[in-house]
Amino acid sequence: MTVDTVIFFISAAVAAFGATMMIAQRNPVASVLYMILSLVAQAVCYVQLGALFIGAVLVIVYAGAIMVLFLFVIMLLNLRGSEDLGGPSTPVSLTTKLLVPVLLVAELVFIVRSAFTEAASTGIMAAPEAGFGEVASVARLLLTRYLYPFELTGILLLVAIVGAVVMARRERGDEAGGTGVGVSASDRTPTGGSD
Amino acid sequence: MLEMIISSSVQVVVVILVVLFGCAYSTWLERKVLGHLQHRMGPTFAGPFGLLQPVSDGLKLIFKEDIVPDSVERLTYTLAPIVSFVPALLTFAVIPYSAEFSFFGLEFKGVISDLNIGVLWVFAVTSLGVYGIILAGWSSGSKYSLMGGLRSSAQMISYELSYGLSIVGVIIFANTFSMTELVAKQASDSILFFENWYILKQPLGFLLYLTCAIAETNRAPFDLPEAESELVGGYHTEYSSMRFSTFFIGEYANMLAVACVGATIFLGGWNGPFFLSFVPAVVWFLIKVFLFMFFYIWLRATFPRFRYDQLMRFGWLVLFPLAILNILVTGLFVLL
Amino acid sequence: MTGYLAVLIFLLVGTGIVLFTFFLSRLIRPFNTYPEKSINYECAEDPIGTSWFQFNNRFYIFALIFVIFDVEVIFLFPWAVAYGQLGLYALVEMVIFILILFFGLYYAWKKGVLKWV
Repeated sequence: MTVDTVIFFISAAVAAFGATMMIAQRNPVASVLYMILSLVAQAVCYVQLGALFIGAVLVIVYAGAIMVLFLFVIMLLNLRGSEDLGGPSTPVSLTTKLLVPVLLVAELVFIVRSAFTEAASTGIMAAPEAGFGEVASVARLLLTRYLYPFELTGILLLVAIVGAVVMARRERGDEAGGTGVGVSASDRTPTGGSD
Repeated sequence: MLEMIISSSVQVVVVILVVLFGCAYSTWLERKVLGHLQHRMGPTFAGPFGLLQPVSDGLKLIFKEDIVPDSVERLTYTLAPIVSFVPALLTFAVIPYSAEFSFFGLEFKGVISDLNIGVLWVFAVTSLGVYGIILAGWSSGSKYSLMGGLRSSAQMISYELSYGLSIVGVIIFANTFSMTELVAKQASDSILFFENWYILKQPLGFLLYLTCAIAETNRAPFDLPEAESELVGGYHTEYSSMRFSTFFIGEYANMLAVACVGATIFLGGWNGPFFLSFVPAVVWFLIKVFLFMFFYIWLRATFPRFRYDQLMRFGWLVLFPLAILNILVTGLFVLL
Repeated sequence: MTGYLAVLIFLLVGTGIVLFTFFLSRLIRPFNTYPEKSINYECAEDPIGTSWFQFNNRFYIFALIFVIFDVEVIFLFPWAVAYGQLGLYALVEMVIFILILFFGLYYAWKKGVLKWV
C-alpha cells in the first residue's frame, strides 16, 4: 500500500465516522463539530482525487461559512440538546424515513455496479483529462462551457440575498421558520456551478 | 522517501518552535513598543530590557490553577482553545521563509509544503479560525463570553470576504496560487530590488489586506471582542491557566500568520536586494514580518476603538465594494 | 502528494504541542477548588439569570449574507488564476456576475439590513 492509499482510507473512515456521529449526537453543537470534521475529511478525499478546487470549496464554503451559519442558528434558537425531540412519527414521516434510505442504497448499488461493469474508458470511471481538477481548468470550463449555469448561480445567489432580507425584515421569532430557504439556496450553488 | 520525511519533520518542528518563540516575543515587543510610544519603559525587571518577561509569563501561566466554572459545556469548552490555535498555526505550513538550502546534509526547500493551492489554503485555514471563538463564547456559559464570541465571529466573517478579495488582485497578475511561485515572481536583479513587489502593482489591494488582516486578528482598532471596558475579556473571560494562554498564543500566532502572508504576497517574501546577497534570505523575510508587527502595535497605540455598527458598515459598505472594484480595475488594467 | 504529507505532520505536531502543554500544566498546577470559584464571572456579583439570552438576530442575517458572498469570492479565485488565458470575455462575464450580486448588496443596504442599529 502506498502512502496515498493509507491517507485515503483514513480520511474516508474519518468522514464516515464524522457523518455517523453527527446524527448520533443529542447536542446540536457537537453535531455541527462532527459535521465539520466529516467535511474536512471529505476535502482530503477530493484533494487525493486531484480535485483541488472542490476540496478547497468544501473547506472554505461548507466548513468555513455554512457551518458558522448553522452554529449561529443553533445559538439563536438556543438549542442545548435537552429539548425533547421525540414523539410518535406521523405516517408521512414514517414513509419518508423508510423510503429515503432505500432509495439511497439503490442509488449506491447502481453507481457501483455500473462503474465496475462498464468499460473503464466510458461512463463515470473514465480517466480524467489532463489538468483535471486544477483550479485554472475549473475556471476555463466555468467561464466557457458552463457559462450559463455560472451566471444562473449569480441569479440564485441574488434570490438568496432577497430571501435573507425578507426574513430579516419579518417579525422577530418568525425568521426561524424560513431558514431552510436561504440555506438550501446558497447550499446548492457551489456544486451546481462547478460540476 | 525516508530522507524526505526526516527533513520535513525537522523543518516542521523547527518552524513550530520558531513560531511559538515569535509569539512569546511578540508579547514582549508589543509591551515594550507600546510602553515607549506612551512615554513609559515597558517591561524592565525580568532580565536585560525585560527580555525574560515572556518566559516568566509563560511559567506563571503554567503554574496557575485551571478554574472551570460549573456552567460550561465540557466538550466544546475543552476543544475551543485547540480549535482556535491550530488553524492559526496551519497557515505557516505554506509560507516560504527562505530559498532552498541544505543543512547537515539534509535538503530543505525553505517551505514546509509548497502546495499549488497555497493561497486557497491560507483562505481556507483563516475561515476555520472563527470556530475557536464561537465555541469558546458559546460553551463558557457567561454573558460576557457569549457577547464577545458573537461580536468577534460576526466581525471575522464580515472581514474575511474582503481579506480574501484583497489577494485576488495579486493572483490576476501572478496567475498562480503557489506561495513559492509568488515569491519567485517578485524577484528582481536590478538596483530597484523592489520593482516587482506586488505592493507596487496593488497598492489598494495592500491597504485592503492590511485593514482586513487587523480585523481578522481582532486587533486594535478593531478589537471589539475584547473591549475590556465593556466585555471584560470577551470570549475567553472564563478561561484560565494553559487554556487561556493557548488562546493568547493563538492570537499572536494569527498576527504573525497574517504578517507572514502579507510579507510573502505583497512585499516579495524572502527576496532581498541582490547587492546584499550574502545576507541569508530568511533575514529579509523576518525583517518584513517585523515591520508588519511593528505597524500593528503602532496602530494599537494610535487609534481609538471603532464602534460596532461603524465597524460592520465599514466592512460591508466600504471595504467589500472597494475590494471588488480593485479586482475589476486590475482585470481591466491587465488587459490593456 | 508529498506536500500534503508534510502538512499532515505539521498538523499532528502542532496539535501535539498544545496537548503536551495542557498535560504539563496538569502535572504541576495546584488543585484548590471551592464553590465560589466555579461561579461565572459577573463583576464579583452573583450571576443574574443564565447566559442563554436571546441575542440580536442581525448576527444571523450577517452570517447568511456572508455565506452568499463567500460563494462569490470562491468563484473569483479560479477566475483570477485563469485570467491570463481567458482575457476580455472572462472580464465581461465576471462583471455581469458581480453586478447581479451587487444588486443584492445594494438591495440589502437600501432595505436597512446591513445597518446595525
